Amino acid sequence: MPSVSAIRRSHDEPCYTRAVLRIARLLVRRFLRAIPIVLGIAVFNFLLLQLAPGDAVDVLVGEAGGATPEYVAELRTRFGLDQPVPVQLGRYLANVATLDLGYSFRHNMPVASLILSRLPATLLLMAGAIGIAFTAGVLLGVTAARNVRRPLDAIVSVVALLAYATPVFWIGLMLILLFSVHLQWLPSGGMLTVGADLAGWDLMVDVLRHMVLPTVTLALFYLALYTRLMRASMLEVYGQDYVTTARAKGAGESRVAFHHVLRNALLPMVTMLGLQVGSLLGGSVLVETVFGWPGLGRLAFEAVFQRDHNLLLGILLLSSVLVVVANIVVDLLYARLDPRIELT
Amino acid sequence: MNSLMSLLRGALGALTTLAVLASASHAQQPTPGGTLTMVVQPEPPTLVSAFNSAGPIGVVSTKMLEGLLTYDFDMVPKPVLAESWKVSPDGKTITFNLRKGVKWHDGRDFTSADVQFSAMKVWKELHPRGRSTFAKLTAVETPGPLVAIFKLSEASPYMMSALSGYESQVLPKHVYDGTDMAQNPANGKPVGTGPFILKEWQKGNFILLEKNPNYWDKGRPYLDKIVMRIIPDAAARSAAFETGEVLLGGFSPVPLSDVKRLEASGKFDVETRGYEYLAPIFLLEFNLKNKYLQDKRVRHAIAHAIDQNLVVKTVWYGFGKPATGPVPSVLTQFYNGNVPKYAFDPKRAEALLDEAGFPRAGGGKRFKLIHDYLPYGADYQRTAEYLKQALGKVGIDVEIRSQDTAAFLKRVYTDNDFDMSSNFFYALPDPTIGVQRIYWSKNIKKGVPFSNASGYSNPEMDRVIEATQVEHDRKARRALIDSMQVMAQDDLPVLDLFEVRFFTLASKKVQDHTLSGEGVYSSFSKVWLKK
Repeated sequence: MPSVSAIRRSHDEPCYTRAVLRIARLLVRRFLRAIPIVLGIAVFNFLLLQLAPGDAVDVLVGEAGGATPEYVAELRTRFGLDQPVPVQLGRYLANVATLDLGYSFRHNMPVASLILSRLPATLLLMAGAIGIAFTAGVLLGVTAARNVRRPLDAIVSVVALLAYATPVFWIGLMLILLFSVHLQWLPSGGMLTVGADLAGWDLMVDVLRHMVLPTVTLALFYLALYTRLMRASMLEVYGQDYVTTARAKGAGESRVAFHHVLRNALLPMVTMLGLQVGSLLGGSVLVETVFGWPGLGRLAFEAVFQRDHNLLLGILLLSSVLVVVANIVVDLLYARLDPRIELT
Repeated sequence: MNSLMSLLRGALGALTTLAVLASASHAQQPTPGGTLTMVVQPEPPTLVSAFNSAGPIGVVSTKMLEGLLTYDFDMVPKPVLAESWKVSPDGKTITFNLRKGVKWHDGRDFTSADVQFSAMKVWKELHPRGRSTFAKLTAVETPGPLVAIFKLSEASPYMMSALSGYESQVLPKHVYDGTDMAQNPANGKPVGTGPFILKEWQKGNFILLEKNPNYWDKGRPYLDKIVMRIIPDAAARSAAFETGEVLLGGFSPVPLSDVKRLEASGKFDVETRGYEYLAPIFLLEFNLKNKYLQDKRVRHAIAHAIDQNLVVKTVWYGFGKPATGPVPSVLTQFYNGNVPKYAFDPKRAEALLDEAGFPRAGGGKRFKLIHDYLPYGADYQRTAEYLKQALGKVGIDVEIRSQDTAAFLKRVYTDNDFDMSSNFFYALPDPTIGVQRIYWSKNIKKGVPFSNASGYSNPEMDRVIEATQVEHDRKARRALIDSMQVMAQDDLPVLDLFEVRFFTLASKKVQDHTLSGEGVYSSFSKVWLKK
C-alpha cells in the first residue's frame, strides 16, 4: 500500500514534467520567432549606418593628418569598402549566419573578442547600478507609499525627482570634485590602480573603490525611476478590496505592506527591470565617459564617430539578442510571480 | 600649547627651507625610479606609427620604437639610431652610420637590414605621407651591418626632416618581413629598440609600459614604468590632474578654461614648446568654385574683416599666435614674415567688397556663405561663431553648419560641397611635406583629407613648389620657399588665421619632459620624477 507522500509524488510528477515540457516548447517557439526579428534588425542597422556620410577610412586618414591617394585607395580595398553596398550587406549577413561578427579594422581585432574584453566592466557597472537602484527603489517606494502625503513621502519624492532630473554627467563630475579632489577618499576614474600589481583581496578592494562613484552615479538615475514606480504601484494595490479584507482580519500595517501588497506591487518593477537588463550592453555612455570606465557603451559611442561599422553592428546585434532573451525571461518570471498569468 | 605649536611651525619652516635648498642644489641630478602616470587622448587604435601617423599613436609608440634621428627646437637633426650621417654634395646619397650594441626588445641585434626593410617596405609603401616623402628613394644599400646608404634619384632635402621616431619608425625586419604588416600582432605589442617595453594594454582603460633594462643608452631610462590612462572626458582629466592621479598630458589635455586655475595652484607646468615638429596652424579654406570667393578681392576682404588677435586671445585663451602666412614662425629655417598682410580693418573690407561688385542689399546683406568647421571641440565651434559675427559686420551672411569629423572630411575633401571651412593642418618641419599640399594643383585629389580642397591652381605656384622639392642648395631653396609664401598670401586661396599652440600639462614633479621639438613624441628616456 503506497504511503501518502508517495501518492502525492506520483500525482505531482506528471504535472511537473508537463510544466517543464510546456516551458521548453514555449522557449523553442519564442526563439524561432526571434530569429527573423534579429535578422531584420541586422539588415536595418546595416542600412541605417550606410546613411552616415564618410567612412572609417576618412576618419583614419583624417586622424593621420593626411595621406597619399594610393594609401587611401588601398585602405578602402582592405576594409572591403570599395565593394557595392549589396555585396557588403551579403558578406555581413553571411558572417552573422555563421556567428562571426566580423573584424574591426580600426582596432585590428575580431569584433567578438573586442566585445568580450569590454563585457566584464560593463556587467560589473550595470549589475551594480541596477542592483542598488532596484533594492533602494523598492525600499524607498514602500516607505513613501506607507507614508503617503506625509513629510517623509514628500522628501522621498523630491529626492527621487531631483536625481532623475539632474544630468548624469554633472552628478558624476560633482561627485568627483567632492570625493576625489576635495576629500581625496576615492579615485577619480579608471577601473583599478594600474601598475600596482595587486592580487586577490587587495585587487577586489581596489576595484570596489573605483566602482563606488560610477555605480552610485548611474544608480541615482535608475533609483528615481524605481522609487516612483514602486510608490505608484503600492498605492494602487493598497486600494484593492483584499487589502481591506486583510486589515479587517486584524493584520498589522507592516504585515499588510510586506506580505499582502508588496508581492503584487512588484509586477511593474519586473517589467522595468527587464527593460533595463535589455539595454545592459549599451551601458551608460555618459557615466563611462566621465569616469573613464572601459565599458561597451563608450566602445559603441566611439565606433559611431570612427565609422567602425563592423564593431557597431556587432554591439547592436548582441544588444538586440539580449532584449529578446530578457523579454522571454520576464514573461517566465511573470508567471512565477502571478499564477493567474498564463504562458503562451 | 600655543608656544609649542609655534615652535613646531618654526621647525617645520626651517625644514622646508632646507629641503628647498637641497632640492635646488640637486636640480640637475636626475633620480632614477618611479612611475609616470599620464593621459593619452583619444585612445590609439594601434601602437605602431610606422604606417599610421595619428597623433595618439605617436605619443605611445615613440616610447618603444625609435627612428634614425630626433630634432631640437630649431629642427636641427640629432642622433638616435643613426650616430652620424653624411650627405653627398649632389644630395643623392646619404650615408648613415648606425649605433653599435642596439638590441630589439626580443634580444636580436639591430642592423642596417632593419633600416633597409623599414625604408623600402614600410615608410615608402605603407606610411600615409611616406609615399611622397620617400618618392625619390630608389634603394638602401647595406655594405655593413651598421652602415645604411640611402640612394635617391633626385635630391630630397626635406627627407632629412622626416626621420624621427614618430614619422619614420625603424621596425624589426625579422618580425614583419613576409607578414601581412597591417595585421601583424606586433602592432599591438611592439618589438622595438626604445627605452620602454609594452607590459599590458587594456583597451579603453590603460596602457602600461615598463623600463627596458637593456636599453642602449646606459643608465636610462630613469623611469621604472609609464602608465598611460585613457580618460575620455576633458573635465574628468582636469580632476585627475588635480588629485595627482595623472602627472602629465600632451596636446592640450584639459579644457583651455581650466588652465589658469591649474596653473595658479602652483603645482603644474604649462609647456607650449615641443610641438615645433608638427607646427600646427589654423586656417580657413575657401572653395574657389564659389562665385563670390572666386574673386580675390572678396578673399582679401574676409582677411581684413577678421581680428586674428581677438580669436587668439578670447576664443583660444591665448594659446596661439596670429599667423602671417602658410609657414608658421616656429619653423625658423623657412618662415618669411615679409609677405602681404591684411590688418584688421572692416572699413577696408567693405570697400573691397563694394569694389568687387557685391554691395549691401536688402537688410544690409551682400551675400551668403555656408561655413563648415572641423568638429574637434568647443574652441573650434566658438571660432566659427566668431567668424559668423565678424563677417556679418561687413555684410557677409554666414550660416554655420555642424557635423561629425567623418562627415566634415567627406564633405570638404570628397564631395567638395562647401563654401568656406575652418580647419587645422600640421605644417610639419619642411614645407615640402606639410605646406605644399594645400597649394599644389597636382594635389587637388578627391577623397584625400588635407589635400588642396580650395581648387587653387596657379602655374607659377606649381613651378616654385616643384622646384622646392628637388633644390638641394640651401640658399636657393630658401629663396623659393620665400617666394611661395608671398604668392600664397597674395592669392589667398586659404587664410591662415593663427598658429595653434598646443600645451603639455605636467606636474612640477615631472622633470625634463620637453627637451626637443618632438615634445611628447620623444622617447622619454630622460624624463625623471622629483622625489
